[in-house]
Amino acid sequence: MKNEPKIEIVNLTKAFYKKQSSVTALEDINVTIQDGEFVCLVGPSGCGKTTLLRILAGLETPSVGDFTILTENEARPLQSMVFQEQGVIPWLTVEENVAFGLKMRHVSKKMIQERTAYYLKKTGLTPFSSLYPKELSGGMKQRVSIARAFANDPEILLMDEPFAALDEQNKFILQEELLSIWEETGKTVLFITHSIDEALLLSDRILLMSAQPGKIIHEINIDLPRPRKIEDIRENPMMASKFVEIWQHLQDEVQNSRK
Amino acid sequence: MNKKVTEFKRDPFEIERKEWKSRQQKERWKQMLTIASPIFLLILWEFLSRTGLLDIRFFPPPTAIVETFVDMVTSGVLFEHVGISLYRIFLGFLLGVVPGIIIGLLMGLYSPVRHFVSPIIMALMPIPTLALLPIIIILFGIGDLSKVVTIAGSVFFPVVINTVAGVINIESIYLDVAKNYQAGKVNFFLKIALPGALPVMLEGIQMGQAIALLTIVAAEMMGATSGIGFLIWTSYKAFLLKEMYVGLILISFFGYLFSLILRGMQKKMVPWR
Repeated sequence: MKNEPKIEIVNLTKAFYKKQSSVTALEDINVTIQDGEFVCLVGPSGCGKTTLLRILAGLETPSVGDFTILTENEARPLQSMVFQEQGVIPWLTVEENVAFGLKMRHVSKKMIQERTAYYLKKTGLTPFSSLYPKELSGGMKQRVSIARAFANDPEILLMDEPFAALDEQNKFILQEELLSIWEETGKTVLFITHSIDEALLLSDRILLMSAQPGKIIHEINIDLPRPRKIEDIRENPMMASKFVEIWQHLQDEVQNSRK
Repeated sequence: MNKKVTEFKRDPFEIERKEWKSRQQKERWKQMLTIASPIFLLILWEFLSRTGLLDIRFFPPPTAIVETFVDMVTSGVLFEHVGISLYRIFLGFLLGVVPGIIIGLLMGLYSPVRHFVSPIIMALMPIPTLALLPIIIILFGIGDLSKVVTIAGSVFFPVVINTVAGVINIESIYLDVAKNYQAGKVNFFLKIALPGALPVMLEGIQMGQAIALLTIVAAEMMGATSGIGFLIWTSYKAFLLKEMYVGLILISFFGYLFSLILRGMQKKMVPWR
């Protein structure tokens, strides 16, 4: 992690206007994420964390405020998103899905071939490269989604609860795989989750969000050495106390969001 | 000794193999039923007709119909009628499907186009094209063209409606993926919109195919001097019911054949389903 800001979000507010009920989804968000940092955004459902990610992904525009993503290399795309499970395109094969971003950007054939092959191999998808997603399990589909984002070689990666639909054991395996790919590339990641355990394992820093209107209410640094394993988190009493600390911050918010 | 027997009985694969065998037998039995049902119907028909339980003048036995069919084939009359009908169906089908797809895609992709065009389509759709046949004949004459236009008009609607539905029902997450990964206009169309709409679009084409057959027969009955519909109608008027049945059976045959062909194409074109 280099000590220079990669993502800067300044006074960002997002409201949704409807005739009957307008809502403020995000209120005055100020966040700075360092280059190479892995940040998890944790909050109750409906707190606007997905909206924030979609704004950074260019899929929504902020109502007020601004954000910047520092560009290191003009040839790279600004960001790539790892979507939830349904984000793999069913009419493209595994290989075509992984190559999707590169093809859309008209990268040279050779480059597409190289990068796609590399990340197919990294995610263990090489034997399945000519299959359609319907033939894959949920975990395999998410590997496709992850490979697609990394192959695109963006300035930053955005991940929208990519493991939420997986069973627990698959989740552990994919989390560790994600970490090992990420450590090799050193990309800046903003990762959304509602799982405290997941955030503890993955993050350098955890941002906690309140329920509507979404605000950043607290942040916690996780300085556990890497590479990390799920066992390290479970065995470490410090992490257990961090879990409790996060839960105490979120408890009221979760209760509120259910009302 | 006794012990051994019970052990044998408990071999799980032996038990499952028996299960599997009986399931296979049931499947084969069901296949037999499918093949047997049309044969059964034909035999029943033959029997009822020959014994006079059905009036032989109205329901000639299948064997007599087959004889007539062979006569018509050898004399060459049949080819003429079938050929001209197939030509009209094919041309009319293309003339309905191609604009249907193009207009449907434009409506699906550009919502102003959709809002402008869809009331017109909704208003025209309920009018049976056959009811417009008099006007079509005035405009396009009594020849092939009027038949082709009638078929095209009937085929167009299910195709256009299903194409629009196919495009607008593409899951929004795929549109997000396309946007996030910077798909340009051409790529968006070729990699997302077209394949995403294809399954529903093909359903519309399948429907159009069925409608094309219905339409051709009716159109040829009303204003034509050749074709399967003409054959059915004139045979009926001359009380040549065997010839009429040959026409009916041909329609049934081609309907079945076309849907088989289209189903086959569907499987080829949407392998991801």
